[in-house]
Amino acid sequence: MALSHLAASASRSSSLLKPLSSALSLRRSISGDNSPLTVETSVPFTSHQCEAPSRSVETNPKELLTFFRDMALMRRMEIAADSLYKAKLIRGFCHLYDGQEAVAVGMEAAITKKDCIITAYRDHCTFVSRGGTLLEVFAELMGRQAGCSKGKGGSMHFYKKDSNFYGGHGIVGAQVPLGCGLAFAQKYSKDETVTFALYGDGAANQGQLFEALNISALWDLPAILVCENNHYGMGTAEWRAAKSPAYYKRGDYVPGLKVDGMDALAVKQACKFAKEHALKNGPIILEMDTYRYHGHSMSDPGSSYRTRDEISGVRQERDPIERIRKLILSHDLATEKELKDVEKEVRKEVDDAIAQAKSFGADRKEVRATLP
Amino acid sequence: MLGIVRQKMLGQSLLKIRPAISVLRSYSSAAKQMTVREALNSALDEEMSADPKVFLMGEEVGEYQGAYKISKGLLEKYGPERVLDTPITEAGFAGIGVGAAYYGLKPVVEFMTFNFSMQAIDHIINSAAKSNYMSAGQMSVPIVFRGPNGAAAGVGAQHSQCYASWYASCPGLKVLSPYSSEDARGLLKAAIRDPDPVVFLENELLYGESFPVSDEVLDSSFCLPIGKAKIERKGKDVTITAFSKMVGYALKAAEILEKEGIDAEVINLRSIRPLDRSTINASVRKTNRLITVEEGFPQHGVGAEICASVVEESFAYLDAPVERIAGADVPMPYAANLERMAVPQVEDIVRAAKRACYRVVPLAAAA
Repeated sequence: MALSHLAASASRSSSLLKPLSSALSLRRSISGDNSPLTVETSVPFTSHQCEAPSRSVETNPKELLTFFRDMALMRRMEIAADSLYKAKLIRGFCHLYDGQEAVAVGMEAAITKKDCIITAYRDHCTFVSRGGTLLEVFAELMGRQAGCSKGKGGSMHFYKKDSNFYGGHGIVGAQVPLGCGLAFAQKYSKDETVTFALYGDGAANQGQLFEALNISALWDLPAILVCENNHYGMGTAEWRAAKSPAYYKRGDYVPGLKVDGMDALAVKQACKFAKEHALKNGPIILEMDTYRYHGHSMSDPGSSYRTRDEISGVRQERDPIERIRKLILSHDLATEKELKDVEKEVRKEVDDAIAQAKSFGADRKEVRATLP
Repeated sequence: MLGIVRQKMLGQSLLKIRPAISVLRSYSSAAKQMTVREALNSALDEEMSADPKVFLMGEEVGEYQGAYKISKGLLEKYGPERVLDTPITEAGFAGIGVGAAYYGLKPVVEFMTFNFSMQAIDHIINSAAKSNYMSAGQMSVPIVFRGPNGAAAGVGAQHSQCYASWYASCPGLKVLSPYSSEDARGLLKAAIRDPDPVVFLENELLYGESFPVSDEVLDSSFCLPIGKAKIERKGKDVTITAFSKMVGYALKAAEILEKEGIDAEVINLRSIRPLDRSTINASVRKTNRLITVEEGFPQHGVGAEICASVVEESFAYLDAPVERIAGADVPMPYAANLERMAVPQVEDIVRAAKRACYRVVPLAAAA
């Protein structure tokens, strides 16, 4: 907090002193460069059965600007999905991720597309961070053939196998043993890669999770279990569902780390640490302390079990996009206007993708599977 | 020891190259006997040898040599990375198996009996069976779930259920149930090679039974097609469909019926899903009468589906109502006499066939 306050005042004074043109030439371009930058995470990591990684995260302007853009895109995409659902263009279930974007982008920054990710049904943003396009997202949500699952899956069943994204699962907790199975296969194939199996605080109490964790620990599988703790399992607060809501400790003999999930850099650091750990020592649990602005799904307003003050409080104090914005501005990597322009750009991208998705007729013919 | 015998047999079979379609003739030229246990073991062995992506996972499959010794010798031959003993956590290890299949490996997951598969049924149905469809073809799940199914002897209600109709109702799954050693070898090999999830329903009481096997069956490339039933016994008066252990009972019933002038055609389904509707219907069109036999509970069973199929496709050919012989509509009792009444017996099949042929002797008549 103190650091950003100082940084903010520095940038104000610097822009007053410099004329606009020289300010432009002194500053790098909006796309940023790779010159290293070290940033401290918002809070230190809390660890269980292991030594926490350092709070100092190595990053660079390009990465920060990419974080901003990607998260802004995801935010815009989810809000647009909200409108489409209310317009009845999206049917059934629609679980939105806005507020949790930092987990998706931070994780991606720490790994490669050869590492596997598997998650539950709140999967739109994870799909995008694995390389899925906006068109594939909106077309799938609207049941069109151009969707990533050709309209056959829907919101909960996005997959992108070519970048090792294995869905997209509707049954709470099922994705955890599946993710441990991916890790098993990675070890079997000697690929030196890892799997991130994401689950929520609601799923954290599932028996199959502990069954899979037991086997993963016995067989030293490179499995990283990531609890996206947004503190509510549908309408049930964590303290009502879990005797011990310290999810990073629930692995018992399996080490764990508690991470500020609203801080993309902390997420990146934790995932990097976890990957190194898992390749050497087997499973590890990461608990991402995060928050969803929407309710559990579009049929849940999200305000019957949470106060509006709580929601707006998180938005003001911990929003992941705002954090990166402040960081970028304080390090003078872009101007406010440039960042606003990025937001306008992504908004347009989202609107264009929706228009394109709508232009495809709803599929009436049987879609031939893409199997050989 | 088995390996050496097999080597000799393989050597002989290589000299005489016969087409695989001659499997229908297998009973005629059979020289060797093989138990179903040996058949399954050899099929697993050969498929693991041929494809390094195939691995076996389940309770006691490794060091114990298999709860029913089906995986005997495999741990020693392939090592602990490919033959994995799991804790008693079906949901966990079935899910791990499906995840490994997502990645491209070919797991064979053993359930000690299919009763325990209920602990993992969400992974079989929702994670495995439906994934290919939900992902529009991106996710292929080449997994085999195998193990004994149905009644054993005196194991009581929680260990005796037949799951054929439960799994066979699910699109995205293939469900196979072998009877003979030839079936066991050919269908297990087909299941392991198949890119889709396969539920492979064995039978504990058949494991020790011996069947003749021809040279083609013994060849490591032997494979049976999925979705094709086998006519075990040709006949013209009544069609009897069965799978797994009931095939043996149906064949015995056919012998008894023959003495009474009823020539029964016995169809070994082999594949419950996809069901070989064309073979069944062709047979019914020939005989005009149908008895379906299964061990499992009668309501919503395999026989119900076969009956519906025949009514849909061959109604005009039926001369008698289709009759289903199934297990009794009770949880399996323990006492031997009650258990005997709860599972179909040969006499039940004989009586049903006679009813279908209108050959029932009325109770009043004494002649």
